[in-house]
Amino acid sequence: MALNEDNVRSIAHLARLSMTDEERGHYTEELSTILDFVEVMRSIDTTDVVPMAHPHHATQRLRPDVVTETDQREKFQHQAPATEDGLYLVPKVID
Amino acid sequence: MQWETVIGLEIHTQLATNSKIFSGASTAFGAEPNTQACAVDLGLPGVLPVLNQEAVKMAVKFGLAVNAEIGMRSIFARKNYFYPDLPKGYQISQFELPIVGKGSIDIRVDVAEPKRIAITRAHLEEDAGKSLHEDFHGMTGIDLNRAGTPLLEIVSEPDMRSAKEAVAYARKIHSLVQYLQICDGNMQEGSFRVDANVSVRLRGEDALGTRTEIKNVNSFRFLERAINFEVERQIDVLEAGGKVVQETRLYDADLDETRSMRTKEEANDYRYFPDPDLLPVELDDAFIAQIQTTLPELPDAKRQRFMADYALQETDADLLTASREMADYFESAVKTSGGQAKLVSNWLTTELTGRLNKEDKSLGESPVAAIQLGELVRRIADNTISGKIAKQVFDVMWQSGESPDEIIEAQGLKQITDEGAIEAMVDEVIAANPEQVEQFKAGKAKVMGFFVGQVMKASKGKANPQQINALLNAKLKE
Repeated sequence: MALNEDNVRSIAHLARLSMTDEERGHYTEELSTILDFVEVMRSIDTTDVVPMAHPHHATQRLRPDVVTETDQREKFQHQAPATEDGLYLVPKVID
Repeated sequence: MQWETVIGLEIHTQLATNSKIFSGASTAFGAEPNTQACAVDLGLPGVLPVLNQEAVKMAVKFGLAVNAEIGMRSIFARKNYFYPDLPKGYQISQFELPIVGKGSIDIRVDVAEPKRIAITRAHLEEDAGKSLHEDFHGMTGIDLNRAGTPLLEIVSEPDMRSAKEAVAYARKIHSLVQYLQICDGNMQEGSFRVDANVSVRLRGEDALGTRTEIKNVNSFRFLERAINFEVERQIDVLEAGGKVVQETRLYDADLDETRSMRTKEEANDYRYFPDPDLLPVELDDAFIAQIQTTLPELPDAKRQRFMADYALQETDADLLTASREMADYFESAVKTSGGQAKLVSNWLTTELTGRLNKEDKSLGESPVAAIQLGELVRRIADNTISGKIAKQVFDVMWQSGESPDEIIEAQGLKQITDEGAIEAMVDEVIAANPEQVEQFKAGKAKVMGFFVGQVMKASKGKANPQQINALLNAKLKE
């Protein structure tokens, strides 16, 4: 298997996902199957293939540097669980 | 043991656009919290980032100025991590295929020969918001005005070998981005942020030692101190038989030390992947050529020209080209002065700079404009006033903002060049001081200074010193 349960535990932590032991076993197997398939694809010679950055064959449109947004703080903060002095409040984060 | 310091810098420059990198919200500094954070910046569902063309131009401008390979095709990636001032849970940045590739810049540290520092890459990304940890009933306040502000992160190779070199490089980049007018360079407001990767190794070794990353440095002085502290710390650890731990350390200016951030012992894994919301950016030759035409004269070229055209010493040319503002001020003043480059350079680098430093002002805030300083120098050069009186005039200019001619006229400071008037004063001084005249005649040449001083005093500093000297010489030797 490409992954063990510890790998899945740390991936889940990075993504802030909680899961039961049973789920972890399940995901370890499922994700490993995907990675095994990646191994299969790796055996193909892709030397001259440009990596795909996006499925569309289009390029990024650029926007003129103009301020178009107005202040809608009140509207946005109406939906926030906690605000004060114009700030969004979140549980204390200490670096 | 002989240790060698190895430093590489990551510099985040805030690009001077009007709107954000992916949204039309304003980037102006100092607005009320969250009044410049729109739906895109807040990462609300259903929004789509659209790239700011000016940010791309500015990045390319920088790339051209450091002779870098420009990424004709560059892509944006998501850098994933959780922090409340990053509402989307990822920062849009560039990982593979940055907009600016390998380039270089030359620095000078106490030697005539420049040292070339390689630039690994420079990429576009969005800034995060700000967390305010002051007390909000045990909560943290989040201001997202800064979220989405365009940054150009400039990454150097580990080419620097001392804190001094690191500072010289950082200053050079700082000056360059301001020359290019792509960043205001304000370190206090966080428009120019420097992180240093520092390691040490035994001299002669090829492999790099384990590095630490120093953050939270908001001045060049602190950058030098922080690196020096960190180098000493690492050497102490290694000499005591320990190992340097790869970690991020914060510089504390009050205690003059770096401290571990003590984040959980867990490798950061940003799980970069191409952002599906943004298409690859493709540039064409015409776009690059157009930007090339907007490049100003760069610091190194200007320095060479100043030395050649104005016959300036290297040190003066360095000072005068350190910022575009300074260089422009100098050239404007020289023009008004009638080409008195050396004199303008002296006044600018000593008198004016000294006064600005004393009052903690920038050149832009100087009460004496370039044209006024040029006029003052012109009046010295054409003998309207002496250098000594000029300092008096300068004082008044500084206080009142009046032009030198107005001040000279109003206060009657015009230099006395009337031979007869000076001669009368010389005669008076000689007559009043027979003792000193005897001393002079007995061969005590130093008394000459006394006489010059007395005549100057009699003229209230206005007599032409060359004429005083000539007259005194002639009369005392009679």
